[in-house]
Amino acid sequence: MKILKCHIGIGPKVSGTVLSANDNFSARYDLDRINGVFSRPNHKLFGEPYVDRILVLNESKGGVASAWMLYEMCARRMAPKAILFNKANTILAQGSSLAGLTICDRFEDGDITSLLDTGQNVHVDPTNGEVTVLPD
Amino acid sequence: MKLSQEEKAMSKGEFGEALKWAINHQKEVGNFFDAKDFVSISSVHMMVDPESIGVDGVKFLEKLVKMDAKVRVPMITDPRGVDLDYYRPLGQTEEMADIERRTIQACSSMGILMTNTCVNYQTVMAPLLGEHLAFGDTGVVIYSNSVCGARSNFEGGPSALAAGLTGRTPRYGLHLDEKRKPTIKFTVNYEPQDLTDWGLLGALIGKICGSYWEVPIVEGIKNFPSSDEIKHFGAAMASFGSTPLFHIKGVTPEAKNFNSNDLKNLVLHEINSSNINSLRGEYGNVGDEIDVVVFAAPQLSIFEMQRVAKLCSAKTFKVPVLVCTSPQVYSDAHRMGIIHQIENSGAKVLQGTCFYNQYAREIGVAKNWVKLLSNSTKIVNILGGYGYKPALANMEKCILSAIEGKIV
Repeated sequence: MKILKCHIGIGPKVSGTVLSANDNFSARYDLDRINGVFSRPNHKLFGEPYVDRILVLNESKGGVASAWMLYEMCARRMAPKAILFNKANTILAQGSSLAGLTICDRFEDGDITSLLDTGQNVHVDPTNGEVTVLPD
Repeated sequence: MKLSQEEKAMSKGEFGEALKWAINHQKEVGNFFDAKDFVSISSVHMMVDPESIGVDGVKFLEKLVKMDAKVRVPMITDPRGVDLDYYRPLGQTEEMADIERRTIQACSSMGILMTNTCVNYQTVMAPLLGEHLAFGDTGVVIYSNSVCGARSNFEGGPSALAAGLTGRTPRYGLHLDEKRKPTIKFTVNYEPQDLTDWGLLGALIGKICGSYWEVPIVEGIKNFPSSDEIKHFGAAMASFGSTPLFHIKGVTPEAKNFNSNDLKNLVLHEINSSNINSLRGEYGNVGDEIDVVVFAAPQLSIFEMQRVAKLCSAKTFKVPVLVCTSPQVYSDAHRMGIIHQIENSGAKVLQGTCFYNQYAREIGVAKNWVKLLSNSTKIVNILGGYGYKPALANMEKCILSAIEGKIV
């Protein structure tokens, strides 16, 4: 099994199915949080459901609202299982901490959006900074 | 992270459960960003609108109140999501208003000042060069860092609240000298003429930066910007790029700290009018019908309010016109007759709110508003994900378009 090393993250260990795109992310800018889909027309994941997926994206973007929004989404069980970034901004890290959402970034092997494809199953261990690609 | 004796005591719960949550939340975030210790802050600005926090967020705030949480440093708030004097006409519900009322009650109980503004640097207190802060709202942070030379990361609501309770924040990111150095260079061969032009310029730079961790330095600005112009420039840059700091040669206070040797290896991007017009072209065309015109994001200063009032004079509109300003500006504008002038035209001034954080999706559905016109480059960027087809024009054209019901 392939293990991808990253910076130590936040949140519990989780396993799930990847939803990946080389695009950036903001909960306010990009999501229809009521229906649990990407709603920004020019986002590469437009129309895709994100609930319980392992989101794999380039960087976090936009405003501070995402911090509270992650908490609110997790409370309604309308959140992804984890978010993996090339680089997270402060807001997504802060929001994940309050929400208990798993987040990791800064992968040693390079661009995480090209290392993980949509549909792959992975196990995320933020305490040890590891993402394991599970067999099909 | 290295903790002081007081911080260790907070972490163990010796100062109560609220401070225990706050410092441990900050430790977790600090460790994520490799902070070595905490830095004391002088004030806090928190985003806490009801759409973002929801019922569960309010319950979290109320839980802290029950723990007897009190802020240790002056702490103020970003715009509200519901103008409690004017929400039913916008299609906002009692449930939304209830979340708003509970949020205000909880924040007030903790000693937070409900200033409800995203232009606190114009209306409440301007930050100082080198002052460490914990500010939310990207527009507030980028202005405070860049124009004032203060030091703050983007602090989301939970972290801003934690900072208010502990009086400190983890020392990472823009609290450190090395993270304030330019990483990317821009030469501007373009002279912005109005607030929208400045917004477009900021948006383009933000779009190219595309990261919280890039720090642009900009050369070639010939028109020295006003506070409102650089406000729109920064707000748009932060919105399009998640960028929290910029330097402009000859304008911002830290730009002079970097000499040509510091900048020689940076990638250079050139911006000209064709780049600006290309971005402008993504947001509507002359002749397009519109459903609503919004002036917001950031809230309007007293100068912008005066300008809107003059443009509204003796006019009537085919579509609704909404104007969002801070409570501080509103009371001045009311006293000077500016609110009356604007509302005589049929436009509506909302105080202490900003349209995009007012349940914009739900308002759009309730009012059947899709085609929204604004002079704010920031708001047209945000609302594309909220089910709107946003269009952009300068303030004068927005007013003329509201008269015609289509973009002129």
